[in-house]
Amino acid sequence: MSARAHLVVLAITIVALVSIIRLVRRRQLRAKYSLLWLSIGSVLIVLGASPRLLDRVSASLGIYYAPATFFLGAIAFLLLIVVHFSWELSRLEERLRIVAEELALLRSGAPPDDARNDAAD
Amino acid sequence: MPGVLKELAETVPEYDVLVVDDGSKDATAAVAAAAGAVVARLPFNLGVGGAMRTGFKYACRQGFDRAIQLDADGQHDANEIPRLLAALEGVDLAVGTRFGADSATYEVGATRRSVMRALQLGVRMLSGHRITDTSSGFRAYSRPIIEFFATNYPVEYLGDTVEAILIASYAGFKVAEVPVSMRPRAGGVASTRNLKLLYHVARLVVVMISTVPLRRRRRP
Repeated sequence: MSARAHLVVLAITIVALVSIIRLVRRRQLRAKYSLLWLSIGSVLIVLGASPRLLDRVSASLGIYYAPATFFLGAIAFLLLIVVHFSWELSRLEERLRIVAEELALLRSGAPPDDARNDAAD
Repeated sequence: MPGVLKELAETVPEYDVLVVDDGSKDATAAVAAAAGAVVARLPFNLGVGGAMRTGFKYACRQGFDRAIQLDADGQHDANEIPRLLAALEGVDLAVGTRFGADSATYEVGATRRSVMRALQLGVRMLSGHRITDTSSGFRAYSRPIIEFFATNYPVEYLGDTVEAILIASYAGFKVAEVPVSMRPRAGGVASTRNLKLLYHVARLVVVMISTVPLRRRRRP
């Protein structure tokens, strides 16, 4: 990879990192998710700053084409993130449903959950 | 629905009636309240399963010993309720099925029929229960299963019918089928279209397979 390409990667990564941090500061992004993206950014910075690192890592993994190592890592990471989001979404939907059910019961005039044991026994 | 509520008030006046309004925009809640029913209004549409779970929570907190579920579209005859309740003795879930001995009056389409056959077979294989109409929404529940369903009722579409029977039998509850006569629906449209049905059946197959317990528990 040429020196210019390294500079481009570095610049893009730094812009991305700064915008992530801004999102966290404005509380538009939860810190737990920002950690994920920040760690990816740091990896990219290291890769961008040291020209031969990716080549060496590829060689040690037995991958001949260095960019393939990068894409492999990127795809694996993105897959993990998407699965994690589906999981999170399922959990949120379940919580939302429970809240909606509770709201319906409250509006119906039924006693709230704490009264449950008195009523049941 | 007003007809159903009127019928309930006439045939079983001593019962508490809860209408779950699943986020509808029409006058459902007002009509039901005017007819003397308790109305649980969901803030948005949760589907049949969500509405059912709301009903179970209500029954659970009110301390009811038994609960009966019937559709608001008029196809379930309130006069059959005693028969359902009678079947509930020693059983946790009684399913009123329309293909019983005295109900040759109900006609269903070919697609729906074959889907119902397949579901029936699946339920039979997985739960060991022989239920000819797994999609029937005319059911009676015992106290233990009310408590169980208040938190565990399957909330996704069609889950309310087949899945509920499956998870109940996996959890060790006893399920029985009761033949009852049903009428053609008086209002509303069936919540089932063919392509959509296909998707939901596929989803159901996944659920059926993934929820099979390694060992079946038995309740005393």
